[in-house]
Amino acid sequence: MTVVPARAAMVPAGTNAPRLIGQPVARLEDPPLLRGEGCFAGDVSFPHQLHMRVVRAQVAHGRILSIDTQPARARPGVVAVWTAADVAEVPPIPFRATKVQGLEAYCQPVLARGVVRYVGEPLAVVFANDAYAAEDVADLVVPEIEERPALLDAGEPPREFEPGRDTEPTVIRKGYGDVAAAFAAAAHVIELDLSVGRHSGVPLECRGAVARYDASRDVLEMYGAAKKSHWNRDEMARMLGRSPSTFHLYEGHVGGGFGVRGELYPEDVLVCVAALRLRRPVKWIEDRRENLVATNHSRQQRHRIAAAVDAEGRILGIRDQFFHDQGAYVRTHGARVADMAAGLLLGPYRVPAYEVAGHFRLTNKTPAATYRSPGRYETTFVRERLMDAVAQKVGIDAVEVRRRNLVASAEMPYARPLDALGTDVVLDSGDYAGLLGKALSRAGWDDRKAEVARRRASGEIVGLGLGMFVEKSGLGPSDGVRLTVDPSGCIELVTGAGSVGQGMETALAQICGEALGVDYRRIRVVRGRTDQIEFGNGAHASRVTVMSGSATQIAARAVREKALAAAAEMLQADPADLDLVDGRVVRRGGGARASVGLDEVARHLHPSSRYIGRRPPGLSAEGWFYSDHMNYPYGVHIAQVRLDPGTGMVHVERYLVAYDVGRAVNPMLIDGQIVGGLAQGLGGALYEQFTYDAQGQPLATTFADYLMVTAREMPDTVDVLITEDAPSPLNPLGLKGAGEGGTNAAGAAVAAAVDDALGRPGFVTALPVSPARIVAALATARTGAAS
Amino acid sequence: MSEREIVLTVNGVEHRVRVEPRRTLVDTLRETIGLTGTHVGCEHGVCGACTVLLDGEPVRACLMFAVQAEGKAIRTVEGLATGDTLHPMQQAFMDHHALQCGFCTPGFLMLAVGVLERQPDITDDEIVDMLSSNLCRCTGYVNIIKAVRAVAAQGRVA
Amino acid sequence: MKPAPFVHHVPRSLDEAVEMLARVAEDDGRILAGGQTLVPTMALRLARPSHLVDINTIPELTRIEVADGALVVGACVRHAAFHRPVEPGPLGALLATVVRHIAHLPIRTRGTMCGSLANADPASEWCLVAETLGAMLELRSVRGTRTIAADAFNLGYLETALAPDEMLAFVRLPLLPATTRFGFEEVSRRAGDYAQAMALAVCEIEGGVMRAVRLGLGAVEGKPRRLAEAEALLEGARPEPDLFRRAGAVASGLAEPVEADEEVAVYKRHLAGVVVERALLRAASIATDGSSHEIIRGVP
Repeated sequence: MTVVPARAAMVPAGTNAPRLIGQPVARLEDPPLLRGEGCFAGDVSFPHQLHMRVVRAQVAHGRILSIDTQPARARPGVVAVWTAADVAEVPPIPFRATKVQGLEAYCQPVLARGVVRYVGEPLAVVFANDAYAAEDVADLVVPEIEERPALLDAGEPPREFEPGRDTEPTVIRKGYGDVAAAFAAAAHVIELDLSVGRHSGVPLECRGAVARYDASRDVLEMYGAAKKSHWNRDEMARMLGRSPSTFHLYEGHVGGGFGVRGELYPEDVLVCVAALRLRRPVKWIEDRRENLVATNHSRQQRHRIAAAVDAEGRILGIRDQFFHDQGAYVRTHGARVADMAAGLLLGPYRVPAYEVAGHFRLTNKTPAATYRSPGRYETTFVRERLMDAVAQKVGIDAVEVRRRNLVASAEMPYARPLDALGTDVVLDSGDYAGLLGKALSRAGWDDRKAEVARRRASGEIVGLGLGMFVEKSGLGPSDGVRLTVDPSGCIELVTGAGSVGQGMETALAQICGEALGVDYRRIRVVRGRTDQIEFGNGAHASRVTVMSGSATQIAARAVREKALAAAAEMLQADPADLDLVDGRVVRRGGGARASVGLDEVARHLHPSSRYIGRRPPGLSAEGWFYSDHMNYPYGVHIAQVRLDPGTGMVHVERYLVAYDVGRAVNPMLIDGQIVGGLAQGLGGALYEQFTYDAQGQPLATTFADYLMVTAREMPDTVDVLITEDAPSPLNPLGLKGAGEGGTNAAGAAVAAAVDDALGRPGFVTALPVSPARIVAALATARTGAAS
Repeated sequence: MSEREIVLTVNGVEHRVRVEPRRTLVDTLRETIGLTGTHVGCEHGVCGACTVLLDGEPVRACLMFAVQAEGKAIRTVEGLATGDTLHPMQQAFMDHHALQCGFCTPGFLMLAVGVLERQPDITDDEIVDMLSSNLCRCTGYVNIIKAVRAVAAQGRVA
Repeated sequence: MKPAPFVHHVPRSLDEAVEMLARVAEDDGRILAGGQTLVPTMALRLARPSHLVDINTIPELTRIEVADGALVVGACVRHAAFHRPVEPGPLGALLATVVRHIAHLPIRTRGTMCGSLANADPASEWCLVAETLGAMLELRSVRGTRTIAADAFNLGYLETALAPDEMLAFVRLPLLPATTRFGFEEVSRRAGDYAQAMALAVCEIEGGVMRAVRLGLGAVEGKPRRLAEAEALLEGARPEPDLFRRAGAVASGLAEPVEADEEVAVYKRHLAGVVVERALLRAASIATDGSSHEIIRGVP
């Protein structure tokens, strides 16, 4: 891929100007980040601020008998020490509603009330003048807890959560068609028991929140917000009994999101309460050990899935029962991950009948929620394992079994009688078989097969695997932006979306620049600030480019129309004869002879302008975009692995991600999203796992235990094929989100490749793949060969 | 606790500060001196977000106490650019899209600059080995490797 | 993850250091050298020393030189000092090979060989080297100096023979005869991670057979150990892959992993055999990947 460096950035300059959309232009975000001038949560400080430190549960489950705060309170310099009794009026952390009912009783209190349910649960908070001192004081808070047995396996029968409620808040049931008839008519029935380990996003920046109450203006502010600033503001305002207009959240730089960052957590609420009560700014910065036990986990599911197929391997029906390990509480996502797993499991295949029961169960572990490609990473692994098993059963290869079952492009839009995230699942557009063909060709599948066979013959343990998937993106319902041209001709784009480092400022600026006719570098994107825009939906679910991008185009066109109309007055021309190019309104075909800059137009429309008349002043517009449906990007992963015969370790030699994004605003950014997402997907496939001992003590509490890939563990060759075969009909630019496709099928493709290397179809039943199990399998194979 | 007055030389500038002996170098740079470009990612020496150069060598600023850095030449990300001109390594990171959220970036920049200054003839494989010292959760490393290789190939850091 | 308070002592000489240590030893005083293990342990508040005697500014402890047939390494010599061979013989090459496996570069620029030995982590590469080569450790205190063999010093899993008022001042690694060959093999989950198993094989090959065989296994048990039974099998034998496989099997049989989890223990026993076999293949220069005697350029 060719990247256009910033200094040679392409901008529209004349009628033959290259378009901005589709160009790999350099990022607007980079300069301050490269110079150490970013502003992350930890970089925010105020004079006289207090530091909050959280005292966390050290046992997985137990009744709180007492919490002795006296020694801590007695320490000089300690401003306050709170337990649940001190914040009794603060309601538990709420969740964003879906159709699933009955979850309220399982929400997490901001400080544990009576019972602790996981190691890391906040028990108390202390406030001191310095982070070091706060940690000293926190050590003096001594809880007395009567331990109870910990429930650590969501597959075990539910136990009592509290009197009258068990640890299974809900079972998510979806389905359609006559599943019983499908299984009765089947030539073959394939059943698998598959599980995915506990992983999480683990951004490099830990969480942080700095709250300040400005009594002079009666405004409460919190810095360190991310992802869902508006929703979090609205909910916290409700919890604290404030009006939202007196409570603002500010998103600065965010050191990675991945689903976990920017949700509403107990600590956010506590710093805000403290700033109000203590009348001093309050800063809380999570440390890494806290981060690994306190920030959302994700992924952990076990599926018992069965497929009914005909003699040619065509699917007649799928039945799935799965156990979703939610951890100790329901958090802000409610049951969304389990809901998406159930609703999106079928991926790109035609499945006439389907029945799923998702057991949403609580355990005594860190609460779980979304992590990049939530519900899809897990179910793609499960579904693609199933497809490989079908192929094996009927004696066809991995490619053919998929070709026989893919939904055809002629069937688009393809409505499944299912819902996910509260919207009906309608696959909006796609040429799944077409992309499979392109991916195989790009990877040189046949040559690779031959190479692998040759190397195997010489004793190497190498294999190839593939996984197909459908992602989802562009979650509605709406997004708005406000665009303003200031009197210097600079453009401010205010959006309620957020940035977690993915490059959204640049992408929105490109869309704006193209629609308006200006250099994208003149556009300043303001995001994640509740004081700047009334509504917003933040950054998640691969929605920003789709939703805010579409709104941006609408706003930019409106500003363009205004500018042309005003310039027509100024130039005494017909607006239809005018064009906006490189920030100037010019006569079409008329060169620069008579033109006006956007700065002049903005001044022309200034309230103090003598031309303004009675029209509303300012060169600005809002744009709103609405969507009832998600759109569905899709892709193919192909992995080639080599196994170390001695250690059982898996080395990924080559990897291809082919992904159709409908339309690529900035291919460089999409490539970056895909490769970064792949690193996380490979981590979950091979290295990352939050494990617990029998008492529920977490065993991965440092970066020496939670193993994320380094530069060394990345594949020797990573190839990314971005296609635009199936633009979404649901938005004017045809956009689909690109944030999660690199992650989605990594577990599936690696599992298939490991099976292939070992020559043991169906070997991988759990992620991450265990080298010890591979060694055992190799030993069995040797014994088998010898006997 | 008893504080001690020390002088730290950061990017050629002397800072006279009072710190407790237990205060780490990274916290001192960030909180006491106000140079927040160096980031705190794990505080146990694994992630490398706090990597700075100490007498030219990359070190984890979370695994040193500030009092130990007295008399040493400390370099941080804030010292890389010359006015408006980015350091070649910074420019290469931008040109190759080697950063997304940017949180790990200062650590990677200091690591790569520190190593390339001392070992301009570094091989491609050694670059991967060196970069495996630090963690990035956004990029998947591929573009970081490309950026550093490009700088090494042009011999722009020496 | 902020360390608990401590008093920082900065001695200017080794004598002053041991005097300071003697004064604070009873009050949980510790030596601070590279700090690459101690500081994170303090950040996690798993260690809360009240006093740290910081030896980083003592010139005599940066000593690294050959004397009396041994390489003498002072307590403040960093891992990174070994990136290039510190002496022209096989020992220098061996240390330059092994050092690349110790964590990552920015850790190696601060961490020290003696610090690793004094910490006695079972997965420490230097502990394996010291055990296998029979290093002698010089311990200092106000009570005097004593010299102790690495095997007697390392008492297993983070325990050593150091008295609270004693510090490890120097380690002496015996130089190896010029014809010595070596092979080191380490298995770790990711680049730079703690070893899951490692082996160091050292021998000479005379007249087609192996002599002076030393074979050490690390990271599997509570402390590294020589594998005498395997050494006996190898001594005087021709270096051949089959023999090395048998030596690996002996190692697997002898290894007693500390892990409680049976699956992990089985795996580690297996890895013990793998690393022994591979280390021997490297030592005999029949490693397939050509990495046996590569002299690493390293980072200067």
